[in-house]
Amino acid sequence: MTIDWAHFTPWTSLAGGVLIGLAAAMLLLLSGRIAGVSGIVGGLLAGRRGDLAWRVAFVLGLLLAPAAWKLAFKHHELSRIDAGFGVILIAGLLVGIGTSYSSGCTSGHGVCGLSRLSPRSLVATLCFMGAGIVTVFVARHVL
Amino acid sequence: MNAVAAFAAGLVFGLGLILSGMSDPGKVKGFLDLAGPWDPSLAFVMVGAIAVAFFAFRAKPLPMTRDAIDVPLVAGSIVFGVGWGLSGFCPGPAMVALGAGYDKAFVFVLAMLAGMLAHRLLAQTPPRASQE
Repeated sequence: MTIDWAHFTPWTSLAGGVLIGLAAAMLLLLSGRIAGVSGIVGGLLAGRRGDLAWRVAFVLGLLLAPAAWKLAFKHHELSRIDAGFGVILIAGLLVGIGTSYSSGCTSGHGVCGLSRLSPRSLVATLCFMGAGIVTVFVARHVL
Repeated sequence: MNAVAAFAAGLVFGLGLILSGMSDPGKVKGFLDLAGPWDPSLAFVMVGAIAVAFFAFRAKPLPMTRDAIDVPLVAGSIVFGVGWGLSGFCPGPAMVALGAGYDKAFVFVLAMLAGMLAHRLLAQTPPRASQE
């Protein structure tokens, strides 16, 4: 194994993680909700009365984050997306179906679930990390 | 009030995703690619986030609504991981990239919503959200 030192950013990644943790803490302490993005977005589709406003507000915050970032730091390439439209479409479907069945994604299981020491979330996190690693290996080094 | 708090949380969450590199699928793939030149940065995201959130959940524990380690949990997580590895997107970063105006993020989010809707239609009883 070789380390990609050129792209290694431990401090900004750690600081970004702290912000994510703070956001999860805010949502928990102020609203009593778990900051799991797949669940928050999926709940929009359920359309339960009285349960929509906070979900819409959280998603709006996510959507406006790049604008706030660009205001503060000028222009910045936020996302390098090398997959084609077809792969993106299939991947989106898989992510939507998979996170629905497992009731969580990187934020809900990987951050919040592990933080509350949930065995379910540990299993989920090991499964999606493992599947992600195998998928990238096959796509980059086998095919 | 709830909505204001949720908006602020979403904004801070999104800024954290951008600062950390999570909103960049190229960086995510570099993290998942153990066999290539490996970029371990994103492990630090989890460390930073859990170091803070752990204490929040200690201060305000929520009841565990489910404890079954079952087929939907394992199979769903694996299917999610394949989609994550193919695209480099998980749900949060995809929403951020959509907000940044990437057309591929738009396609991804639409497909993700379709997948969630398919699950709602296929599952006999709409499952209660607990850990997401």
